[in-house]
Amino acid sequence: MKTVFEYTRGMLPVTTGYCPGCTHGIAHRILMEVLIERGTLGETIGVAPIGCSILSHNYLNVDMCESAHGRGPAVAAGIRRALPDKTIFTYQGDGDLASIGAGEIVHAAHRGEKFTTIFVNNAIYGMTGGQMAPTTLIGQKSTTGVDGRKKEVSGMPLRMAELLATIDGAVYVERVALDTPAHVRGAKAAMHRAFEIQEKRLGFSFVEVLSTCPTNWGLPPTAALKWLADNMIPYFPLGILRTPGEVK
Amino acid sequence: MSEKQLMKGNEAFAEAAIRGGCRLYFGYPITPQNEIPEYMSRELDKVGGAFVQAESELAAVNMAYGGALTGKNVFLSSSSPGIALMQEGFSFMASAEIPMVILNVMRGGPGVGGIQPGQADYRQATRGGGNGDYHIPVYGPASIQETVNIIYDAVTLADRYRNPVIILADGMLGQMMEPIILPEARETVTEEEIRIQKPWALLGHQDKKERTVVKSLRLQPDDLENHNNKMHEKYIEMMEELPQYESYRLEDAEVVFVSFGSMSRIVREAMDHLAEQGIKAGMIRPISLWPFPNKAFDEISPKTKMVISAELSIGQMMDDVKCAVCGRFPVELLYRTGGMVPTPLEVVEKTKALLEVTK
Amino acid sequence: MAKKGIVKFDIDKCKGCELCVVVCPKHILKIHEHDVNIMGYHPISVSDEEQCIGCANCAVMCPDGVISVYTE
Repeated sequence: MKTVFEYTRGMLPVTTGYCPGCTHGIAHRILMEVLIERGTLGETIGVAPIGCSILSHNYLNVDMCESAHGRGPAVAAGIRRALPDKTIFTYQGDGDLASIGAGEIVHAAHRGEKFTTIFVNNAIYGMTGGQMAPTTLIGQKSTTGVDGRKKEVSGMPLRMAELLATIDGAVYVERVALDTPAHVRGAKAAMHRAFEIQEKRLGFSFVEVLSTCPTNWGLPPTAALKWLADNMIPYFPLGILRTPGEVK
Repeated sequence: MSEKQLMKGNEAFAEAAIRGGCRLYFGYPITPQNEIPEYMSRELDKVGGAFVQAESELAAVNMAYGGALTGKNVFLSSSSPGIALMQEGFSFMASAEIPMVILNVMRGGPGVGGIQPGQADYRQATRGGGNGDYHIPVYGPASIQETVNIIYDAVTLADRYRNPVIILADGMLGQMMEPIILPEARETVTEEEIRIQKPWALLGHQDKKERTVVKSLRLQPDDLENHNNKMHEKYIEMMEELPQYESYRLEDAEVVFVSFGSMSRIVREAMDHLAEQGIKAGMIRPISLWPFPNKAFDEISPKTKMVISAELSIGQMMDDVKCAVCGRFPVELLYRTGGMVPTPLEVVEKTKALLEVTK
Repeated sequence: MAKKGIVKFDIDKCKGCELCVVVCPKHILKIHEHDVNIMGYHPISVSDEEQCIGCANCAVMCPDGVISVYTE
């Protein structure tokens, strides 16, 4: 009998507290698979955000810390100065990274910080109960925008990958999605490239991961996958926005 | 011990932190402490350390937290409005039990305020400017030498208690020059030594040991209460161990000043003028501001007519003085604020006026 | 003939989200109608394992580490 797929030892043997169908579980798993395959799991420090995935340190089998809301990239920059030889990542949601932490992520990219950011964009605040995020789509309903986001009031959804790709220090920027098995496999490949960039100390690497929030979107998990494909991908196009050319 | 040398306050403070063992510094420009990031940007590289000019004080404090998570000693400095921005990080570090040495070169406030010396961050520092039940030891040194010594000692104190430590200097101490003797540089520790001495440090589990997690979130109320109680035991220990003060001429003093930092030096000179005019004045100079040296007040003579809280803020320390005096003597306030600093003669005149009123 | 696949489930970790169900090319995964796991969810099951090709799409999409896949 040949093994095709077994759950990675990079994930701790516990049940996550995430809602049924929440794609955090997929993002966590492929991130840990990447660190195992690169042989760096034991030399990695992770930074958890504020949001649902603050609990990621209960699930990811690496040394981790929590960070105040949005400050993950600053914390990671500090860790990098103390530990020049380790692998470091931040794992951040869209409220954390694109709203309250917009300053920290921009300047981490600006300094070309040698760590990797996994940006889980599900277009809504999950933990606090479905409030509007900077990435909430026009017309998308939220608990702070019950009639749907309006451009005149809240502006257009913020495209963080595109924004960061304008900064020289951000040498690797890619947007991926978790709505199909092919896209999940692609997301994992993107994380491999991002960590390769980090290992070569070429600069800041960033992977935006389009994800679902079935609970706060008010959709069954399978319908949420379709909603992501039909609504998020057209506005947040997938692909590599920036690469130093040394990484295949 | 090095030779006695003339140094500017801010540069001496930075050098004291380096010699104390801090090889990491994260800062943002703000007057009157800019010589510290400038010094660090020049010097840390030479000793295998790292300096980052952060994009804000908010980022600086979180970078400092990140650096300290690894068990290395980190130094953080700013001035009043910048320290206000850093409070999120102070509360977070206290809750996550991360050591940190923090220097506030205070200026006048509130708001942007001014850039001249002040002591109006007293309440913020001693009460904890961030959210939640926590304490940070606070020191108010009166000279460059004393500040240097306290910074140097704060590195090990912060490690021992796994808690931040705040030192309140001010624009006067930061900007003036004084002859000082710098302490010997401590040996730096290796990663392997940190793994043994600080098992809480994040260094990667190397597929060998249990994972290490540094956290502040405790969603279960009983878990959070237990954690707060555990930290409170630490604070009780600090309250017993850390109070520190100097007293001057308390015996037979008609009036006793309570004053710290730069202001205490002005008061000290005013005491001599008062003595020349036949008024016996003494002083309690708190060196630790939290915990406040309450026991010092037991030394006050029953003949004393009045205790005066002399400060560069409007009665912020007076609350602690009243609490320590505990109704035994009348407590009055003598202050300048907003960056104004009194002359010794001004202190003399105000003291005489206060004594006159109560006659 | 395609390789014969084998799927194994860690039933008590399943939250019944059905992400695996919709990505199975052979449409052989379904949620139990009656069984309930330790968390109270109707967990995943396979209706006709003979048809499994071992593509692991189900496991790749599973957010909860429920599914292992092998080939003979």
